[in-house]
Amino acid sequence: MKKTIILGALTAAGLAAAGAASAGTLDDVKARGKLNCGVSTGLVGFAAPDANGNWQGFDIGVCRAVAAAVLGDPTAIEFVPTTGKTRFTALASGEVDMLARNTTWTFTRDVDLKFEFVGVNYYDGQGFMVPKSLGVTSAKDLDGATVCIQTGTTTELNLADFFRSNNMNYEPVPIETNAEAQQQFLAGACDTLTTDASGLAATRAAFENPHDYVILPEIISKEPLGPLVRHGDQQWGDIVRWTLNALISAEELGITSANIDELAKGTNNPEINRILGTEGDLGGMFGLDKQWAYRAIKAGGNYGELFEKNIGENTPVGLSRGLNAQWRDGGLIYSPPFR
Amino acid sequence: MTTTSETPNGSFRLSMLLYDTRYRATTIQIIALFAFMFGVAWLVNNVIQNLAASGKTFDFGFLWEPSGYDINQQLIEYNSRSPHIRAAVVGLLNTLLVAGMGCVTATIIGLFIGILRLSKNWIISRLAAFYVEGLRNVPVLLWIVMTMAIAIHFFPAPREFRGENPAATMKLFDSIAVTNRGVYIPKAVFSDGFGYMPVFGGSFHVNLDAVAILVVLAISLYISHLIRKRADRIQEETGDRPTVWYLRLAVVLLPFLAVLWLLGFHLEYPQFKGFGFKGGIHMRNSLLALWLALSLYTSAFIAEIVRSGIMAVSKGQSEAAAALGLRQGKIMRLVILPQALRVIVPPLISQYLNLTKNSSLAIAVGYMDITGTLGGITLNQTGREMESILLLMLCYLLISLAISAVMNFYNERTKLQER
Amino acid sequence: MTTHEPIAYVREKMAEQKAPPPTSVGILGWIRANLFPDLVSGILTVVALFIVYSLVSGLLPWLLHGVWNASSLDECRKIIAERYGEGASGACWAVIHERFWQLMYGFYPSHLYWRPNLAFVLLLLGIAPVLFDNLPRKMLLITIAVPFVGPWLLWGGSVWVPIMVFLGFVIGIMVNRFVGRMSGALVGIIVGVLAAVVWWLFLSGPAADLVQSIIPLSIEPVASRNFGGFMLAITLGITGIAMSFPLGIFLALGRQSNLVILKTMSVGFIEFIRGVPLITLLFVASVLLNYFLPKGTEFDIILRVMIMITIFSAAYMAEAIRGGLAALPKGQYEAADALGLDYWQAQRLIIMPQALKIAIPSIVSIFIGLFKDTTLVSIIGLSDPIGWVKLIQANAEWNGIVWELYGFVAFVFFLFCFSMGRYSMYLERKLQTGH
Repeated sequence: MKKTIILGALTAAGLAAAGAASAGTLDDVKARGKLNCGVSTGLVGFAAPDANGNWQGFDIGVCRAVAAAVLGDPTAIEFVPTTGKTRFTALASGEVDMLARNTTWTFTRDVDLKFEFVGVNYYDGQGFMVPKSLGVTSAKDLDGATVCIQTGTTTELNLADFFRSNNMNYEPVPIETNAEAQQQFLAGACDTLTTDASGLAATRAAFENPHDYVILPEIISKEPLGPLVRHGDQQWGDIVRWTLNALISAEELGITSANIDELAKGTNNPEINRILGTEGDLGGMFGLDKQWAYRAIKAGGNYGELFEKNIGENTPVGLSRGLNAQWRDGGLIYSPPFR
Repeated sequence: MTTTSETPNGSFRLSMLLYDTRYRATTIQIIALFAFMFGVAWLVNNVIQNLAASGKTFDFGFLWEPSGYDINQQLIEYNSRSPHIRAAVVGLLNTLLVAGMGCVTATIIGLFIGILRLSKNWIISRLAAFYVEGLRNVPVLLWIVMTMAIAIHFFPAPREFRGENPAATMKLFDSIAVTNRGVYIPKAVFSDGFGYMPVFGGSFHVNLDAVAILVVLAISLYISHLIRKRADRIQEETGDRPTVWYLRLAVVLLPFLAVLWLLGFHLEYPQFKGFGFKGGIHMRNSLLALWLALSLYTSAFIAEIVRSGIMAVSKGQSEAAAALGLRQGKIMRLVILPQALRVIVPPLISQYLNLTKNSSLAIAVGYMDITGTLGGITLNQTGREMESILLLMLCYLLISLAISAVMNFYNERTKLQER
Repeated sequence: MTTHEPIAYVREKMAEQKAPPPTSVGILGWIRANLFPDLVSGILTVVALFIVYSLVSGLLPWLLHGVWNASSLDECRKIIAERYGEGASGACWAVIHERFWQLMYGFYPSHLYWRPNLAFVLLLLGIAPVLFDNLPRKMLLITIAVPFVGPWLLWGGSVWVPIMVFLGFVIGIMVNRFVGRMSGALVGIIVGVLAAVVWWLFLSGPAADLVQSIIPLSIEPVASRNFGGFMLAITLGITGIAMSFPLGIFLALGRQSNLVILKTMSVGFIEFIRGVPLITLLFVASVLLNYFLPKGTEFDIILRVMIMITIFSAAYMAEAIRGGLAALPKGQYEAADALGLDYWQAQRLIIMPQALKIAIPSIVSIFIGLFKDTTLVSIIGLSDPIGWVKLIQANAEWNGIVWELYGFVAFVFFLFCFSMGRYSMYLERKLQTGH
């Protein structure tokens, strides 16, 4: 790469950079020693750099788990901030190996844009937030309202469909970034702010007076958010999918970052043993070593820990598990078995 | 002897293509042409291969599918069931609207500041210099974003107009509402109007009232022009100019008022209803912020152009005008500016071009111009990057070429006739 | 003498010079002459003073009530409320204090900040002899070194890569000399360029690797996506201008030439690029450029943006240089012809040195424009200063902060652009020869 940069910068001879397209993403990542992970350009609780330039958040946790599983180092990542517009190109062109950026799994994205959604790490839905003083209790009362939306997402399509099917009028105010949407909403430039409910909660958490705002009960769309990879590289897709599943199963089986070292010595539960590599060789089946899942879970904790640390009820974002509880607790988070 | 047909200069050799100046130019050109065609073919080939590899096609059929999204500011009818192409046209019209408005205000402000900068008044010229330097040395994107932030934070929200004792009130006898969603101004409506006429098979509607008013105005302006011509003629013949301004005013104003009355003209005032103001014309703050930021930024450049244009007129001209007894304002209007215009107009038009291109930054404030519709939401929703961006570039290119054509036409017209 | 008819009055001594009226000297006189010469001007002065007053009185308290040490916006607001009373407005400069280095360097590793700094200083030293001709000519060596050392310092890696790239130029020039002597200038140029390109494409990489494996000399590499903040803006602006320079010269010559096809292609390219907004070209960089390159080509987004910015500024550069060429008196061309110089010799020895000198002020203003335009990369998700403003706003601690960040970014841009603008004006005055 360094050669590419300097040659490119000096001679603009684009040809020089034509590195051979290699067989698999896994080999690429291993050869590079870094995982290129596409993330959002900044969403409280999900992805944002702190004062030291370290990225933090729920989506970041998934990237770190994959990096730990594949490379053995949760910090061997290049985070590539992507906008709603650039994210798919970044993935399709190979600039990033995976996208862990609140992206909704839809038919066209899966089929037409040729991506593979490896699972769902957050079940979301589009909701509305209004100031309490507006006196609105249902989204059906929003006829004639001015609505702030973030462009480049499925949000604006859902919104158009919702208002159209309910025979209501509205005034859309399209906005590029979440921070600006929030500014406009707080200043009263729009009556209601719509985006994924998690985003609403995250946004509200950052307000000076969060209690002056309510999130309306209607959820007008299904937004399963999850990491995605390119079509066509099944091995890499499997790795990301099962890394996510390992995090989910770890929570279900009670593997936490605190007790993982203890459990890794061997337990009576064969599934835990299979995950942590003390029994069988699941990792070898997709080109990793036995310890892959151990490292992935160790990196940031299991699914529940990631959730609690970044967006859970004790964080400023303050999301309850809801749909994202384990299936045993009445949620939708469910991992296929490791066997 | 049949061999006399041979040329005396000797036969053609291959090396002459390079060393003979008669052929060399052609050789270079042909080599360049081949290199160019090879380059283009290489790019096209790459595109075909890459598209095939990612399973995409190159066709513009998606433009006729329903767009699925709404646009707030629409100069022609549009809803979320309209096709993408119509969304692109709505965006294009919005681009032209803000660019046109921006060019007008930027010129007016720029002209003022440019003249003020040459003022002998110390504080005024300093302030004008401060204005110019401050505006043009900060990126226009930053100005757009900051203007929007000012519009949002410093104007009252509609909710402050609510209640018995509102914190904010409407301006100018309750006719204008300034809010942080934009400015609502009264709208002209015609109770006995002709309504709309569909054109192009109903895809566009023409406001017949506006057409009627424009026709009447055009006719009366032409008559007024004839009256002035006549006055000029009389002045040339007799030396006395008949006073015609009231006649000209009447010729323009009376038919205009008459047609307004016939059409049943009245104003529709914005009113607070439900969530905010309804009725009237809503100038959204995205439009206002973009318009203001673009015109202020460009006006700084125009001010410099005006200043250098004025300074290019020799001092003798203003002294001669002063010697004729013209006052300061008239010197500027009748002597300096007409001469300065020849220097001013070409760079001025390239500033118009810049302003139009800069209007593509509308997406930063959510103004739905063509970059926001075709190059924004349509691109995102359909995933047709190649088609959308090429079409987008084509639109801007056409606008630019149109503006350049105007400039060339002007340059031809005003060229100094030299020997 | 006494018989003389007395003349009514003859003044024999000069009258004492009276002091001018107090209203026309000193401060008062200045005020009168400059601020209140007549009624209209006086009214304008009052209006202007009022504008200045309202700006200052509105902004000053906010600026003065600034807080420099706090870790979040809430804390900031609390401190302001404590110090200046409830409801007092004040700037929260703490965010600048905390995030200063990120706004300046982005994610560039902090222990390596000296590298971009050194590159910047070298750049200034390299530009100086070009811009001020009273400096020692030896400094031109720095100018030649900067294009190779600068990128190496920024991106790091093996020292042999820039050396090998430099060797490409040496090879090109040597081949040109050699072939040119044997078979004419044009063939020399073509073969020289070909040789250099072949070297860069196929040989320089392996050669650098080879030497590196024998004599390893390298500094820590930094990926370009770690570039951010003002460093990114400056890097983009300078690479754009520097790389577009040769391209611009060729385009300008093409546009001036009387070879129809070359001229058409140059004009077409220039007008196309000047006819579309930069943001669409950046869209091309962010979503389309990969389609135009062979499959598997790996360019990261910053390199793609650099390519598009280079293409963009090349069109404007070509127009600036064309302006310089057009301003050159026809006699210069004719004199070159009379000396028997061929086209390239004439360009190299007579035309270009003068045309470029004339074009410098417009090149500087293109650079200012380009530097400001680099902010557009925030729209395609790069973290330039405005991109960083958004990233900082997305942080829970600084959520909701607006003016301090925008104000700071605007101020820094102003400093850069204003000083460059002043310099360009100085240059214009200096270049006015004669008249």
